[in-house]
Amino acid sequence: MNLDQINPILLIASLMVAATPILLAAIGEAVVEKAGVLNLGVEGMMITGAVVGFAIGVNSGSPVLGFVAAAIAGAALSMLFGFLVLYLLSNQVATGLGLTLFGLGLSSLIGKPYEGMKVPTLAKWDIPLLSDIPVLGPILFNHDPMVYVSLGLVAVVWYVQKSTRAGLILRAVGENHDAAHALGYKVIRVRLMAIAFGGACAGLGGAYVSLVRVPQWVEGMTAGAGWIALAIVVFASWRPWRVLLGAYLFGGITVLQLNLQAAGVAIPVEYLSMSPYIITILVLVVISTRGKHGAPGSLGRIFHASH
Amino acid sequence: MIRLEKRPSPSRFWAGITPILAVIATMIVGGVMFWFLGKDPLEAIRTIFWDPLFHETFGPYSRPQLLVKAAPLILIAIGLSLGFRAGIWNIGAEGQYIVGAICGAGMGLAFYPTESVLIFPAMVLAGAFGGWAWAMIPGILKTKFGTNEILVSLMLVYVAESWLASVSQGLLRNPDGMGFPGSRNFKDFPAAHNAEIFANSGMHWGVVTAFIAVIFAYVLLSRHMLGFQVRLTGEAPRAARFAGVNPTRLVLFCLGISGALAGMAGMFEATGPASQISIDFNSGYGFTAIIVAFLGRLNPIGILLAGLLMALTYIGGELAQLMLGLPAAAIQMFQGMLLFFLLAMDVLSNYRIRLTRKEATT
Repeated sequence: MNLDQINPILLIASLMVAATPILLAAIGEAVVEKAGVLNLGVEGMMITGAVVGFAIGVNSGSPVLGFVAAAIAGAALSMLFGFLVLYLLSNQVATGLGLTLFGLGLSSLIGKPYEGMKVPTLAKWDIPLLSDIPVLGPILFNHDPMVYVSLGLVAVVWYVQKSTRAGLILRAVGENHDAAHALGYKVIRVRLMAIAFGGACAGLGGAYVSLVRVPQWVEGMTAGAGWIALAIVVFASWRPWRVLLGAYLFGGITVLQLNLQAAGVAIPVEYLSMSPYIITILVLVVISTRGKHGAPGSLGRIFHASH
Repeated sequence: MIRLEKRPSPSRFWAGITPILAVIATMIVGGVMFWFLGKDPLEAIRTIFWDPLFHETFGPYSRPQLLVKAAPLILIAIGLSLGFRAGIWNIGAEGQYIVGAICGAGMGLAFYPTESVLIFPAMVLAGAFGGWAWAMIPGILKTKFGTNEILVSLMLVYVAESWLASVSQGLLRNPDGMGFPGSRNFKDFPAAHNAEIFANSGMHWGVVTAFIAVIFAYVLLSRHMLGFQVRLTGEAPRAARFAGVNPTRLVLFCLGISGALAGMAGMFEATGPASQISIDFNSGYGFTAIIVAFLGRLNPIGILLAGLLMALTYIGGELAQLMLGLPAAAIQMFQGMLLFFLLAMDVLSNYRIRLTRKEATT
């Protein structure tokens, strides 16, 4: 065992990379749930984003195009969910699960020819001057652009929800869809847009795994990241900055256990690799002991306007 | 303009016919998908749905496999359907299946090489206990702290998978296996082997248990107070509260029974068809069973039929892989598609579709 190998600066820097896919997916899902829809298909949309992003990245040679395609793929898949849930009034839990199962199948079908291939990955931005600051420089200012995109998204979501009319409507629809409908807001349209946003974010998150974090295509490579994103939304009490906190906390645990594995700690590898999931459960328990904590009022309920 | 009008109660006719419509729709869209993959759609559909049963060379091999594959699906889906009816979402059956298999197989291996008729029943109990205990984690967390059972049960699947990797390389590894991962082969340990009851019939104890579970669930739902409470909670939660249904008891019952059934399914699989505990002996039955439960309309008899149909797609999928070079993942997508179509068509049983002229006042 050699704990000296673990460099705290590199640890924090890689924490941000490890947390980015979950952060992207979770911030998207937070918006969806704020609109009152529970989409359990995050994992399916992520893995589809991962494979589509990888395939387009390989074929076009451009990771940026890969990310764009992944976002479109995620949004397209989420529209399938949106159509079923909003127009055909199907059960949200069951439909979301179906989306995950479907996405897992679809992704391994698309991904088969791409196994073992290499993909051009995003270059790191070495922000001049700022990245030369000792300690903070390598931690904060030496990442690929998607890390900053994800942080920017959190800020945008926070601002839109807090200070704009669109955010107010989104929250109204999520809190009480009947009242929002009576006020004349287009509940279905708002929700459809939120679901598409969530799908695009999940797709980006998945593509980050296959294009930057790994970067390779392996079947089932998101390994439950979508489910963890869902847990983080609950942990965050549906608040954007807390989503960031939750994702980074989780990223920290993941990176730490990987580092401990590499350092050869006396704990078996399998127990280390189950630790992020166990800690997620523990966090969920701690959060839920505080009782109801800002879950949108109409979350998971079917909206059917009789008039 | 199309308008949906809620039916006072779901239409029995449509509820019965939608699974069949969903299967047909899946076949059509699946056929188109196979066509895109460069296969003859009719041949692909025939290979998946017809050949496993009636082909002269494959039939005799495939027909027993139907029972082997359907048994775990039915066992797990029966348990899940009770919870789903009451709005209790156990998504982690795969984890309970794995833990049941580890406990059941571990119980048997502990007695190796003793020959006693008591070993196998003890293993069944241990398997059921393992699955039950694993399902009690989300159960107790939900009833004590109000933690979301969907997320907890799902997280526990990943924990169980890691644990499986650990025991198949450590605790349960075959001491005579020259260091290879995986437990002893149960075929070499007759007292603990879940062998076929009649040779080449596919009928093993798991199949028998699955049939018993179907009957048990049927009686429970139609004749027993607890079954009534399950149905009441799902259909009218407020009424259930006034009628004095104890939600804590119901959550623990539904999660417990589905965990125990999934655990038994895992134990039967590991000691029978898979015949050893290995890193990847589990093959996603816990997730496919969710589709089976819905396809069977959460009804025990429906689940029996749905389980057989889903088993057929597994076997047919393998056959199509062999004969037509169809990718394995295509069948997984096919199953996901089936669930989608089914959920989409549910609208027909819950709502009446009215065609109205476009009015200004809507």
